[in-house]
Amino acid sequence: MSNDFIKHSLRFILLVAIQVLVLNNINFSGDINPYLYVLFILLLPFDLQGMQVILYSFLIGMTIDIFEDTGGINAAASVFIAYIRPLVLKFSFGVSYEFQTIKFYQTAISNRLTYILILIFIHHFVLFSLEYFNFTFFLDILKKTILSTIFTVFVILIVNSIFISRRK
Amino acid sequence: MKQIINFFIKYKNTILFLSLFLLAIYFTIQNHFYHKSRILNSTNFITGKVYDLRSNINDYFYLKSQNERLIEENKNLREALLIFDYNKKDTIISGIDFKAKPFVFQTAKVIANRYARLDNYILINKGKNDSIHIDNGVITSKGIVGIVDQVSENYARIQSILNSRSAINVKLRSSHHFGTLTWNGKDPNIVQVIEIPKLAQVKKGDTIITEGRSLIFPEGLPVGVVEDFAIDGASSFYKIDVRLFNDMTNIGYLYVIKSENQEELKSLELEENE
Repeated sequence: MSNDFIKHSLRFILLVAIQVLVLNNINFSGDINPYLYVLFILLLPFDLQGMQVILYSFLIGMTIDIFEDTGGINAAASVFIAYIRPLVLKFSFGVSYEFQTIKFYQTAISNRLTYILILIFIHHFVLFSLEYFNFTFFLDILKKTILSTIFTVFVILIVNSIFISRRK
Repeated sequence: MKQIINFFIKYKNTILFLSLFLLAIYFTIQNHFYHKSRILNSTNFITGKVYDLRSNINDYFYLKSQNERLIEENKNLREALLIFDYNKKDTIISGIDFKAKPFVFQTAKVIANRYARLDNYILINKGKNDSIHIDNGVITSKGIVGIVDQVSENYARIQSILNSRSAINVKLRSSHHFGTLTWNGKDPNIVQVIEIPKLAQVKKGDTIITEGRSLIFPEGLPVGVVEDFAIDGASSFYKIDVRLFNDMTNIGYLYVIKSENQEELKSLELEENE
């Protein structure tokens, strides 16, 4: 348990550092950045209590917000996906999730991709809706959401493949 | 009573989610509308130190462009000095007391620059300890950058002109018609000037300068050139796209302008309003 705690704390610090020091400065084609820190929420143990997931997600979102001067938009988007995570887990991994025995890296790639795509898309949509805070920008929000989702999933898959090849 | 407790246990996730979500929304709204009264911002000790560390490393990569900019500025200042010295000899200027400086400049370094969002802020490495205050104007050698909106002991946050809430008084250099500088969140090189009346003669390539009425910026600082313009719908005002002189994506060092008379004038204005 405490081993897990240290692992996740380190992951927290590492992802926040990468996010604020590197990824937020990419600004691909003007304003598209990957939000790799969401990986922290995706990778929280599947059997962790809902309350803890929500609390940790708020913490990482708020940390990013303070660094980025964005009010609470990252925190809001993060707790939102933390809250709906059980639903998405059930949808993407089906019955095996119910038994709560699976580990993230042991699941089939298609299931994993569904899980990542859905949560990232919702996270980004909430994030950009709150950033613009005005639905007259709906098309801008949608465009930014889709492009950033592609970028984020791409970066997550790269990180994923590095970790998996190390495990083998 | 038992039912109430059961209710809380059953919906504890939802309750926690809703309260944290609303808290985050509250921070967001506060950031959107009351940006001067916030507690949580990047001028705090930890984020300041982290960005400081990063910029100390990054600086080496920008030495060349910084040097070129300094040489360019030195050249311009030397030219201005020559003209000034020449004029001083036989004009009325020689009688003016140049010790009374209405504006004082303070150099600072950008440690975190953002330009990809709708509301952008820039973090600099000087704060209260260097007597930087909220509402000080910020410029580079090429043009205006923004206005200080948060200060801590060692850091300050600038509301960039690339911010949807930014509104700075500017005017046309040729005709002195004035308007407001805003940003639509699209291109970090292009800002918009609104509220210039239809009567004004606007041409592509006209220079836009600061207006100097607000006491934040002295009059006549360069902003940019007119890139494109149109009459804004049925109203009688222009909507002008202005290409900035400044490259907002690469600022590096900048100057904070402290107006010596700002406090005095502000208190006068307050008295007037009362």
